[in-house]
Amino acid sequence: MKKAKDMVLGDGLNNAISSIFAVLIGLAFGFVILLITNPGEAVNGFIIILKGGFSTGGKGMGQVLYFATPLILTGLSVGFAFKTGLFNIGAAGQFIMGAFAAVYIGVKWTFLPAPLHWMAAILAAALIGGLWALIPGLMKAYLNVHEVISTIMMNYIGMYTANHLIKLTIYDSKKALSMNTAPSAVLPKGGLDYVFYNPLGIGKDLSTVNSGIWIAVILAVVMYIILNKTTFGYELKACGFNKYASKYAGINEKRNIVLSMVIAGALAGMGGALLYLSGANGRHIRVVDVLAMEGFNGIPVALLGLSNPIGIIFSAIFISYITQGGNYLQTLEFVPEIIDIIIACIIYFSAFSLAFRSIIPRIIRFSKNRSESAIKKDDNGGEE
Amino acid sequence: MEYIIEMLNITKEFPGIIANDDITLQLRKGEIHALLGENGAGKSTLMSVLFGMYQPEKGIIKKNGKEVKLKDPNDANNLGIGMVHQHFKLVHNFTVLQNIILGVETTKNGFLKMDDAREKVVAISKQYGLMVNPDALIEDITVGMQQRVEILKMLYRENEILIFDEPTAVLTPQEIDELMKIMKDLAEEGKSILFITHKLNEIKQAADRCTVLRKGKYIGTIDVKTTSKEEMSEMMVGRKVDFTTDKKPATPGETVLQVRDLTVAAKGHGNKAVKNVSFDVKRGEIVCIAGIDGNGQSELVYALTGLVGIDNGKISINDKNITNLNVRQRNVSGLAHIPEDRQKDGLILDYSMSQNLILKKYFTPQFENRGFIKFDEINEFSEDLVKKFDIRSGQGINTSIRSMSGGNQQKVIIAREIDVDPEILIAVQPTRGLDVGAIEYIHNQLISIRDEGKAILLISLELDEVMNISDRILVIYEGEIVANVKPEEVTIQELGLYMAGSKRSEVAV
Repeated sequence: MKKAKDMVLGDGLNNAISSIFAVLIGLAFGFVILLITNPGEAVNGFIIILKGGFSTGGKGMGQVLYFATPLILTGLSVGFAFKTGLFNIGAAGQFIMGAFAAVYIGVKWTFLPAPLHWMAAILAAALIGGLWALIPGLMKAYLNVHEVISTIMMNYIGMYTANHLIKLTIYDSKKALSMNTAPSAVLPKGGLDYVFYNPLGIGKDLSTVNSGIWIAVILAVVMYIILNKTTFGYELKACGFNKYASKYAGINEKRNIVLSMVIAGALAGMGGALLYLSGANGRHIRVVDVLAMEGFNGIPVALLGLSNPIGIIFSAIFISYITQGGNYLQTLEFVPEIIDIIIACIIYFSAFSLAFRSIIPRIIRFSKNRSESAIKKDDNGGEE
Repeated sequence: MEYIIEMLNITKEFPGIIANDDITLQLRKGEIHALLGENGAGKSTLMSVLFGMYQPEKGIIKKNGKEVKLKDPNDANNLGIGMVHQHFKLVHNFTVLQNIILGVETTKNGFLKMDDAREKVVAISKQYGLMVNPDALIEDITVGMQQRVEILKMLYRENEILIFDEPTAVLTPQEIDELMKIMKDLAEEGKSILFITHKLNEIKQAADRCTVLRKGKYIGTIDVKTTSKEEMSEMMVGRKVDFTTDKKPATPGETVLQVRDLTVAAKGHGNKAVKNVSFDVKRGEIVCIAGIDGNGQSELVYALTGLVGIDNGKISINDKNITNLNVRQRNVSGLAHIPEDRQKDGLILDYSMSQNLILKKYFTPQFENRGFIKFDEINEFSEDLVKKFDIRSGQGINTSIRSMSGGNQQKVIIAREIDVDPEILIAVQPTRGLDVGAIEYIHNQLISIRDEGKAILLISLELDEVMNISDRILVIYEGEIVANVKPEEVTIQELGLYMAGSKRSEVAV
């Protein structure tokens, strides 16, 4: 038993080291791009990116956590689906539909008192996000439609539907944004206002971070427990690894595909709720025909976190940190588009170099298997 | 005596394993030379080296005394080396003729000259007595015929050295006899033949000399006529092997599995893979379904275990109708299943050994408490099974099942399936791809649970296995049961006739 624990720990450490290694490669790549685009300011720019959220003190770090919150959720969404053998590209659609549901309830259901109001809004976001993933889940399980195709389609349907519904119900036409939610629907600060602020004369310049980050961390822990400690997680992962053997063992693999997708969708939907239930100073839904970046960034977050829920917390914070650093690059002579490119390169290169790293042992294993089966082929049956 | 091909001191390593360790093989012109060894002895690797698919780390290959280098199979072909693979390399919707000339087509100005090719093929098949219809589609002809096409392919390319990789695995006893005769004729005509096998009878029947490999090492080359089967098997395995399995006569009790009028559709087309099959399996007996691969065995098993739906019929266990139950409900009703493809159906390769051991039981109160897994119980349970079934692995119960050997993977499945204390155990080719030691072990396990009063349905393609351990044999041909016989009342030849569909008896349940 103790031995087993040591082994798991050893594995975890290995994984963390390989993630850090990937991040370093990503940063090096980002530096190269900085050099190409603006050689004179490259070193200064790189330092600003590295300083990330710290550039503006306590408030800056608070913003890092605020923007990490939805990334943790979409990362969990992608990572959880991935662990169960599904590739959920639809986090963007699930996220924006969840966001709409949460803001709608936040604006309209003013009859609810404070804690119930934001709780109801989060729950509604989970439901709608789950519903948005239910459709691809059903199509995958019963019609064998690949979830990558159907979730991408659902992304666009979700984006246009959310835009339309916002314009119909909760649109602030002066700002072209969704309306402010009622104060009772705003997530409480959860003690974070004592930490993440910049002194401003006699007052405080508060960060928008709130207890959403706590909720995200708790959900990550819950997902970790479900995946690793429950028979439900055992079944889900079994289906992801080998659906034939799962069927052979009597696991209802169709039901599990649908459930996996719904849970993934609910997570992404809650991500939308946690980002937008942040009061007047926080984010509002912009009514534009662009897919939510939080949804797509869930993919590199999950990759960098190796789909491990705990790893995803850290990879989301890292990506949010780098993104914040990018925002401060504007103080130098960098065009916003170039900044986006640099940051995107760092993020995606980190994730992909890691993906590549995790492929190498597989290649080794594959070639080993091949050579083994070449020897094994001797016997009457052979393999395959 | 001069050698046509010499492989001298060949060493081929793969990461973590030496597949061939200083092996020498010398093939005389016009002889049939058998290459004997267990699974994993390195026979296929050695042949792959000769065929140019692998480059050896050490050693040289000589043809007619001159050293040659083989970088790819084309080099082998140019040197006149041809191979009949265990799984034929034929294009199924092409004709025999098209398959034979594939890759060496005679053309004129870019157009095929089929007439010349046809003449040559007909001439060759006359010369060697390999009669085939050149215009028949591969998918329409028997496996034995397909093998002839493979042989014709080699002859058409004017190969002098012919390698046969486990050629008899897919044939009926009658077809095997024919193949032996063809091989002898070819040798007589001056062709040199390398014959890979682990079946001693066939070596005795056809080969002149035999080279034995064991665990990647060269054990020796012997003259077949002066060496007994026992001596050869001892060289192959490294110890004395008992060929007959000790087994008391069966004492069948009441019926456990009852199948009536079972009809199952074939995958992908309208034909029925299993047609109106009825049989019983009783407590304390091993019933074996014998037949050539692809005669409906897989579909029958899938239908019995609930993995595919059925068209018609009734299945019951201990008089309980399970026809409409799902897989889990059938398992709980007392059905255990050792699947044909252990890596695809039987194991989750990304899980550890203990996670695989609980695959059929994780949801029971023994291992589950309000949805949570009881890890301590699982570890205890797994350690227990590892001891009981002598499962060997690198890191104990947490070993990744992927890294374990085939024999030990199979032991994990057998341990799991026997542990659920089934009413009926369906074992599909349980010894496939395993070495002699593991086969002995599995046979003894099956017999011992039979003696405990379990019912066993064994599906096997190996006639030796069928004759050795079954108490009753059902022969399946094109989805129908064509014979229901006792092993002591039937000869292998007779079984072969049933399996080939040329004989059938009225089968009463």
